[in-house]
Amino acid sequence: MNDMQFTDRAVDQKETKIAAQGVNVHYGDAHAIKDVNVEIEDKTVTAFIGPSGCGKSTFLRCLNRMNDTIDICNVTGNILLDNEDIYDKRVDPVQLRAKVGMVFQKPNPFPKTIYDNVAYGPRIHGLAKNKADLDEIVEKALRRGAIWDEVKDRLDKPGTGLSGGQQQRLCIARAVATEPEVLLMDEPCSALDPIATAQVEELIDELRTRYSVVIVTHSMQQAARVSQKTAFFHLGTLVEFGHTGQIFTNPEDPRTESYITGRIG
Amino acid sequence: MPTLWLVVSLLVLSAAGFVFGRQRAMSSAEGNAKELHSLPSYYGHNVAFTTLIPALGALAIWLLVQPMFIENRVSGMIPAELVPEGSSLSLMMSDVRRVADGLDFAVDNGVLSGAEASAMDAANTDVRAFLAGIGVALGAEVSPEILVAAQTYRQMSNTGGILMTVLVAVLALAGFAWSYMQTHKDFRARNVVEKGVMSLLIFAASLAILTTIGIVLSMFFETINFFKLHNAADFFFGSTWAPNFRGDSELSILPLLWGTLYVSFIALLVAVPVGLFAAVYLSEYANNTVRSFAKPLLEILAGIPTIVYGLFALLTVGPLLVGTFGKGGFLGVEWMAGATSVLTAGVVMGIMLIPFVSSLSDDIINAVPQAMRDGSLGLGATKSETIRQVVLPAALPGIVGAVLLAASRAIGETMIVVMGAGAIAKFSGNPLESMTTITTRIVSQLTGDTDFASPETLVAFALGLSLFVLTLGLNVLALYIVRKYREQYE
Amino acid sequence: MSDTSKTSLLALSPRTKQRNAAEKRFRAYGVAAIAIGLLMLTVLVTNIFSRGTGAFQQTFVTVNVELLESKLDKKGNRDLEDIKKVTTFGYNPLIRDSVVAKVEELGIQTDLKAKDLGGILSKGAVGQLREFVIANPDKIGETIEFRFLAQSRVDGYLKGRVHRESIGNDKSISAEQLDLVDQLVDAGVIVKSFNMDFITGADASDQRPEAAGIGVAMLGSLSMMFVVLGLALPIGVAASIYLEEFAPKNRLTDIIEVNISNLAAVPSIVFGILGLAVFINYMHLPTSAPLVGGLVLTLMTLPTIIISTRAALKAVPPSIRDAALGVGASKMQAVFHHVLPLAAPGILTGTIIGLAQALGETAPLLLIGMVGFIASNAPETLADGLLAPNSAMPAQIYEWAKRADPAFYERAWGGIIILLVFLVTMNTLAVILRRRFERRW
Repeated sequence: MNDMQFTDRAVDQKETKIAAQGVNVHYGDAHAIKDVNVEIEDKTVTAFIGPSGCGKSTFLRCLNRMNDTIDICNVTGNILLDNEDIYDKRVDPVQLRAKVGMVFQKPNPFPKTIYDNVAYGPRIHGLAKNKADLDEIVEKALRRGAIWDEVKDRLDKPGTGLSGGQQQRLCIARAVATEPEVLLMDEPCSALDPIATAQVEELIDELRTRYSVVIVTHSMQQAARVSQKTAFFHLGTLVEFGHTGQIFTNPEDPRTESYITGRIG
Repeated sequence: MPTLWLVVSLLVLSAAGFVFGRQRAMSSAEGNAKELHSLPSYYGHNVAFTTLIPALGALAIWLLVQPMFIENRVSGMIPAELVPEGSSLSLMMSDVRRVADGLDFAVDNGVLSGAEASAMDAANTDVRAFLAGIGVALGAEVSPEILVAAQTYRQMSNTGGILMTVLVAVLALAGFAWSYMQTHKDFRARNVVEKGVMSLLIFAASLAILTTIGIVLSMFFETINFFKLHNAADFFFGSTWAPNFRGDSELSILPLLWGTLYVSFIALLVAVPVGLFAAVYLSEYANNTVRSFAKPLLEILAGIPTIVYGLFALLTVGPLLVGTFGKGGFLGVEWMAGATSVLTAGVVMGIMLIPFVSSLSDDIINAVPQAMRDGSLGLGATKSETIRQVVLPAALPGIVGAVLLAASRAIGETMIVVMGAGAIAKFSGNPLESMTTITTRIVSQLTGDTDFASPETLVAFALGLSLFVLTLGLNVLALYIVRKYREQYE
Repeated sequence: MSDTSKTSLLALSPRTKQRNAAEKRFRAYGVAAIAIGLLMLTVLVTNIFSRGTGAFQQTFVTVNVELLESKLDKKGNRDLEDIKKVTTFGYNPLIRDSVVAKVEELGIQTDLKAKDLGGILSKGAVGQLREFVIANPDKIGETIEFRFLAQSRVDGYLKGRVHRESIGNDKSISAEQLDLVDQLVDAGVIVKSFNMDFITGADASDQRPEAAGIGVAMLGSLSMMFVVLGLALPIGVAASIYLEEFAPKNRLTDIIEVNISNLAAVPSIVFGILGLAVFINYMHLPTSAPLVGGLVLTLMTLPTIIISTRAALKAVPPSIRDAALGVGASKMQAVFHHVLPLAAPGILTGTIIGLAQALGETAPLLLIGMVGFIASNAPETLADGLLAPNSAMPAQIYEWAKRADPAFYERAWGGIIILLVFLVTMNTLAVILRRRFERRW
């Protein structure tokens, strides 16, 4: 574990952004998530770790109701965002997803120009009053996505022409452009090379100042590097949740210890 | 038909070859199949194939070459100065064939003996009147040269037939004898048979190419003949279509092309929105239950023969439109005179193309990766925003390809326009008027009594070739676009 | 920039409402598109059945005909040659008198002349009578009950196609005749019943739509299907085996493949031109022969069969080939003994679908002369079936649709019902085959 280093960061108590209470998820007959309770803090990076198929991605997709698009998926329990139940009947997932943005495993820029990729969210949500306004939003988002300098001269080129790492940062910029409060990232670096990964990780750390970031990752090193809080999932249950340093150095549950020492996973 | 009997006897001989070949192999191994190099049936097959295939091949080639050969020899007999102004050698040749057929007919019916037919002399017999007497009508008087040519034609055909039978029989028997003699327990029958089968497989595969060559050549030569009789510039750039069987026709493709494109345009106007929306709904919104009944039901529309659509246009949609836009109709206007119109044919063809467009688009929309949709939905886009702004633009090239394929279908469609579009060639923008199309004219120029030496008939081949080139071009382009599109997401 | 952090999730913003409305509209377009498609199908099918079922029923008139010796066999010696000399013309009075007798027997008052009374029968009645007499010369002199076809206007009147208002200057029927028909229907002399002749019979001339049937054309279609099956299946399978299993990956193979996919999209009429130019003009095969039709349809169906056969061959996993090769089979044996039988259901399904396509095809048949004449006799021998001029079901339907008398339209729709019955059967068979033998590897 020598390659793991914990950045010395202040882990002062912050207000709760998302609170999940007794969440169960069924895929048809399969019980994918079993009674998960977790509180995700604002302006913090929370990492979900665990072996493949443990339900961490499924749980992440519950947080912005992306599971709604799958017919056989059934979610019960409460998930509160700023004390409002996002599974309330009155909530429109469309509005929810503007507040809870998502970045996916594989970079998925639309087959449009770089500019249109970023402007897509603001356009559909009607965030810009005019063209100048939109230009400003796009620039700001690309800057926050730490990709502005690389693409500012080719905003009218297709986003698919960028390298993998650039594409993923473009997708992050695209998610940021709608001014979300929470950013969900589903293994954002699994398709990237080490250099691109480092750039994205650095970016995630910067994003922490504005957003609550939840990241699902396969790599324990990555969780250790970028997150302040870590949740360990195993077979659909949340085994342990706590400060990253504590989870990695002094886990309470033997299953967590087995996983981080490489015995399961 | 003696050729039929020839084929039947070949088959019988070949079957016998199988039995004898197998027997001989077995007896050379003294009844012990293990002694043989190959399984016993391979020896039988070897004899059967060696008997049958060269003979059949020779028969096929002979049947193809003989007409060409005789045509050449006989047309050489007609002196050039005899070909009248405005006519052509091929016109004279069709007369020759007509006379020869007439003589054959007379001999078959016992009116003439074979010798009499060969000895007939134009100087002392009125051949035209004679043939008319037995029911063979001729367009012109028979000159001595034509009669002689016809007699030669007959004679050569007969000799050819005999020669062919002899050749085929000799080949079959020789094949039989040779392969039978070869049969021995050490003979590698399986390898030989497999080689033979392989060449048959290759031949079958190359038939596809032969068909294409056949299509192109059959239309190409007649088109050349057409351009000898008719000005090519008038065909491609003229503005009037007015065939006149007394000659001096104006035969231009442009008015027909206009009608064709107009009908196709209306068909696409119906089929593309309906088909596309149906595909979007089925692939993006519908649940499994809806999909599993709506999709096959829609596809029934594609399986209905075009004659049904033609009848539907002629007897249902046409009268319905007249009842709406015609005299004394529902709207009280008098815009439509008859049931056939561009709109009639276009709408019905559109209905036919709905499942074509929807199933192609369905495939194409499904090829757009789910990650695209997730990306858009994750940003808070609604489903329709995702479809309109992400999925459809991503699928656009494929959809364009599908529409081009549908257009090529529409352009080549025959029965619906023959029955629903009308017969008047004109440039008009009014969809309630009847207009005609390329396929309709091909049908009307080539049905009934046709004279393959007049430009009015030959123009159909030029039209056919144009149609072929047009649809082929569209198809190649569309398939290319669709393939490129698929590669992008693979 | 709007500050979304203050807004509650529980309240929909006006923009979201707008967007949701747009979403609903878009969805409605999709539903509408499906609905239009299904509506068209329903309209088409109901239209076919409502207008076509009439063809399966026909109006018949039952009368007693006295086979007068004085008219049919003046010499009284029952010599068949002499009886044959009496043309159908000579039978006219007998027919006429039989109707007159029937009317008198029922005590119906009418001002119609004998000629008009006889006019309610089909013009084919005399032919039917003459055939009977020639077949049974010994019956001359007796009075025999016959069931004749009513003429098409009477038939149309009973089926609701002909109305009193619409017969204004129709020379074939008058209002008085219709009055008579009404009375005869009441008396049970004129009845509508199932019409087997439509399914088994031959086409009839323009004057006798009531006698037209599709049976002979059905035989023509059948002969063509035999030709297609006999040629397209072996050639298609052979070509597919070569391309899928043996062909080296080279330019020529590429060309063949591109060729096949393009041939599948060539307009059918072009195949008709090919057939006309090659089979009829060049090879001098007989015009209108089902053999030629079959050859043309074979060329047309080949690409379909090749494409589906290749798909079926591709679906057989390579492990099967490896297993056969592993026990010492030659490649050819592996293909013919193992791959081909496993692919057979798929090949068969594709072939049936190709045949169904060919069965409904019309355009190429027009060019090789399979329309425009009356195929009056069913072929007697196999060679006749292939070489004698005949029509085919779709061509026969087209022919009827072109005729002037609307009575033929009913025939055309009826013909379509029969054609569709064949197509539905074939496609169902294909679906069943696919379900029954579908194998997931």
